[in-house]
Amino acid sequence: MTDQVNPAPRLDNQDPALFGQTPSQTVGPFFHYGLPWKGCADLIGDSDIGARPELFPAEHYVLASPSAKGEVAGEPIVIEGVVLDADGKAVPDAMLEIWQADAAGRYADGSSNTGFIGWGRASTAEDGVYRFVTIRPGRIDGRQAPHIAVGVFGRGMIKRLATRLYFEDEAANAADPILTLVPAERRETLIARKVGQVWRFDIVLQGDRETVFFDI
Amino acid sequence: MNPSFKREDAGQPPSLHPPYASTVPRSPRQPLVRIPHTLTETTGPANAWSRLMGGAMADLTTQHKDMPQGQRIIVSGRVLDEDGRPVPNTVMEIWQANAAGRYIHKKDQWDAPLDPNFTGAGRVITDDDGRYQFVSVRPGAYPWGNHHNAWRPAHIHLSLLGPAFATRLVTQMYFPDDPLIEIDPIANAVPLPYRQRLVSRFDIETTRPNWALGYLFDVVLRGRDQTPFEDDHHD
Ligand SMILES: [Fe+3]
Repeated sequence: MTDQVNPAPRLDNQDPALFGQTPSQTVGPFFHYGLPWKGCADLIGDSDIGARPELFPAEHYVLASPSAKGEVAGEPIVIEGVVLDADGKAVPDAMLEIWQADAAGRYADGSSNTGFIGWGRASTAEDGVYRFVTIRPGRIDGRQAPHIAVGVFGRGMIKRLATRLYFEDEAANAADPILTLVPAERRETLIARKVGQVWRFDIVLQGDRETVFFDI
Repeated sequence: MNPSFKREDAGQPPSLHPPYASTVPRSPRQPLVRIPHTLTETTGPANAWSRLMGGAMADLTTQHKDMPQGQRIIVSGRVLDEDGRPVPNTVMEIWQANAAGRYIHKKDQWDAPLDPNFTGAGRVITDDDGRYQFVSVRPGAYPWGNHHNAWRPAHIHLSLLGPAFATRLVTQMYFPDDPLIEIDPIANAVPLPYRQRLVSRFDIETTRPNWALGYLFDVVLRGRDQTPFEDDHHD
């Protein structure tokens, strides 16, 4: 019988000499059956927005819809926008994630079994449009204006792009410590505008009105 | 001041890598605006996975009536931070093509067979030592339209949240001895030698006799940073 030892490896993931951050890779075009679950873009209710079940057979919709969210305090809002590329074309295979505080400006720490979590995910539709249903966050740590952290993923995007959504009617924006780090002429790309009943927030990946993305 | 996280290390790829053609219109051209880590970046939905997403789905081979086609594999490893500390109770989401290299996705039009017994989606939560394990089948390579005769090396897509918004990571795990890695523009967006961090290792210890091949793959997330950010003090 031969000794069962691992064959001599090339430099690989297990090599101590290479230890360090795992590099980012794109989500690719086919994430829809693997990442968004039923209702992942609805942070307060039981609708099933966020996923795109039309992109795979029903018997392969294995990502469960978790339990009901219960009552959430605060002002319900809808955030909607389109993701555009350098040519102004809609991006039909992007995915957004949001992370936000509750109406009192507190981030969930996971210690509670109930209440608002503040994390959501939405796929863009064929027309590049995404939509979240959530509540309007409060001011954070007494210094920051109400805002929502946004991550953008997609085919052709090797790394997540991180940005923030602020609300146009907040007086606190003027003194926000992050917004004021952004060149004044580009700040408006981070401001959601109230259009009818929805807060409109488009993401422009490149070009004239390119969204400000952060090195975090 | 909030504890912050370390920044990207030298192994992280750029957003723009022209050999991967669709990065050209989909990557920003303006410089990223560097910001200090506030409570927003240093927190995340930790400890809320099952409420958020539902329970674990650690075996991708038992989701349907019969077993899927292909070589059964056990993928295991640890999720660590870059100081080597385990990241416990964090979620890893998994998705992949089937053994023939075909995704269940309707926009995957490659002429390889679908497998009614394989979806290719799963999810695991790390234990107290940061360990995870899942069972699947080895995915096949597949062609794509990036350039003439372009083939993706076999890979499993992995998505991790870690403790905070700042530690979010989506990556791909590759298999050892796959000649396609060296000519793949997506893997090659990561400079050598760091690209090899994406290559798993075959492991006889976790290989189960008469059942499945074992592969090891650790995921390393950004670690805590003790150095305070040099604020310009606008206020
Ligand atoms: Fe893929």
